[in-house]
Amino acid sequence: MPILQPIGRTFLRFLEATGHLSLFAATAVGHCVRPPIYPRLIGRQMIAIGYYSLPVVGLTAIFTGMVLALQSYTGFARFSAESAIPNVVVISITRELGPVLAGLMVAGRVGAAIAAEIGTMRVTEQIDALDTLATNPFKYLIAPRLIAGLTMMPILVLIADIIGVFGGYVVSIYKLGFNPYVYLKHTIDFVEVQDVVSGLVKAGVFGFLVTLMGCYHGYNSKGGAEGVGAATTNAVVSASILILCFNYFITEMFFAR
Amino acid sequence: MSAPAPKIRIRGLHKSFKKNVVLDGLDLDVGVGESVVVIGGSGSGKSVLLKCILGLLRPESGSIEVDGQEVVGLAGRERDRVLRKFGMLFQSAALFDSLPVWENVAFGLIQGARKDRDQAKEIALDKMAAVGLGPEVGELSPAELSGGMRKRVGLARAIATAPEIIFFDEPTTGLDPIMGDVINDLIIKCVRELGATALSITHDMTSARKIADRIAMLYDGKIIWAGPVAEIDSSGNAYVEQFIHGRAEGPIEMQVRAI
Repeated sequence: MPILQPIGRTFLRFLEATGHLSLFAATAVGHCVRPPIYPRLIGRQMIAIGYYSLPVVGLTAIFTGMVLALQSYTGFARFSAESAIPNVVVISITRELGPVLAGLMVAGRVGAAIAAEIGTMRVTEQIDALDTLATNPFKYLIAPRLIAGLTMMPILVLIADIIGVFGGYVVSIYKLGFNPYVYLKHTIDFVEVQDVVSGLVKAGVFGFLVTLMGCYHGYNSKGGAEGVGAATTNAVVSASILILCFNYFITEMFFAR
Repeated sequence: MSAPAPKIRIRGLHKSFKKNVVLDGLDLDVGVGESVVVIGGSGSGKSVLLKCILGLLRPESGSIEVDGQEVVGLAGRERDRVLRKFGMLFQSAALFDSLPVWENVAFGLIQGARKDRDQAKEIALDKMAAVGLGPEVGELSPAELSGGMRKRVGLARAIATAPEIIFFDEPTTGLDPIMGDVINDLIIKCVRELGATALSITHDMTSARKIADRIAMLYDGKIIWAGPVAEIDSSGNAYVEQFIHGRAEGPIEMQVRAI
């Protein structure tokens, strides 16, 4: 049937791309754990991914915490549950909004930058030049970025958690008239280690996914500027979708009953 | 007495991209210390040939031997060991944008030969001097260089590790005739000083005549003529004659689509 052909072709192409990505990821992870390791390059990527993402992640977190407190107040006031706001803010930020929003922001900032940089290196033969200089591009370009993504995202999210909770605190105290001591006590009493840990695990996975998709699409980009542009778009879109999918599975792993 | 074994020996090389056959049973020998230039039109597969030898592309079939060792399918440390014999000047120079010029030149020394950065920088500045670049250029970014300077930096990087074999991919393309001649002279000087084997690809006949000991013409995926540079004008091969004289009429038909 002619209608089945494009569906089948699309499905086969999806399977091929999945296999290709899996092989790429396996090769990259293998190079992350086998010497030689490049500490200087890992440090440089940690600064690029972690330090330079702090402003955008911090701003996202503080406004998210502020909006969350404000929205929860207007909703919870309908059934006199305003006292649950500190709990809602801290749980939402640490479990969900901190890692997911930081992940999406980093996907836009870092994933795009990685894909554009590696993609440009591919189309200008710089990756071929690395190879001819007996330097494995996976070790030199990809492993440092994956290691930096995996390690810096949890730190970024931990900072985002603190800033987000602080945003909720500021709005609750100065706008909604909460008692500062009671607000902090409720926040600290209610939050559990598992809430924070699940968020940090998500952050590590998202950091890996963002850098992996940036590297994968950049490394396999073709053509000239158009190819690099397409690689950048694909890196951000695929990383964002994967973040939302993996968010569900990790939540299921930690909290499903 | 038998002839000495070639430095590079290629037999029956086939490489296609989907239905497009680029190399179709190519045979080529490059002797020790010899400078061979492969000529051919755009899209004839010259760059693909170099990339197959370097292992950047994998041929479907055929054999490539370097110093008698089969290199097709080599991977890991064994491939790195073979690659350390090579230096390459890319058509666009392919300098690393994120590194200053001196670090580009010293890259193979720091990453491949594991030399100390200070020692590598000293060697890099020496090599830059050999191609006519002062130490002040070493601190510039590749983006600040002109086309001719980029080629010189690329050449300095290609010779920095004192390789046994150097590849030149369209070394004069995009340069004015005077700068092209400067690059040709530098190539001859560097190759002679190192005693290296050189394999170049170009469609610039002035460059080919100047840097080659032997010229080979690639057409339709095969080497259709090879011989000393002095014999190219009397090759008796219609394809070679059309190419070296740059005539539109002849057995080589360019695929030109009507607008």
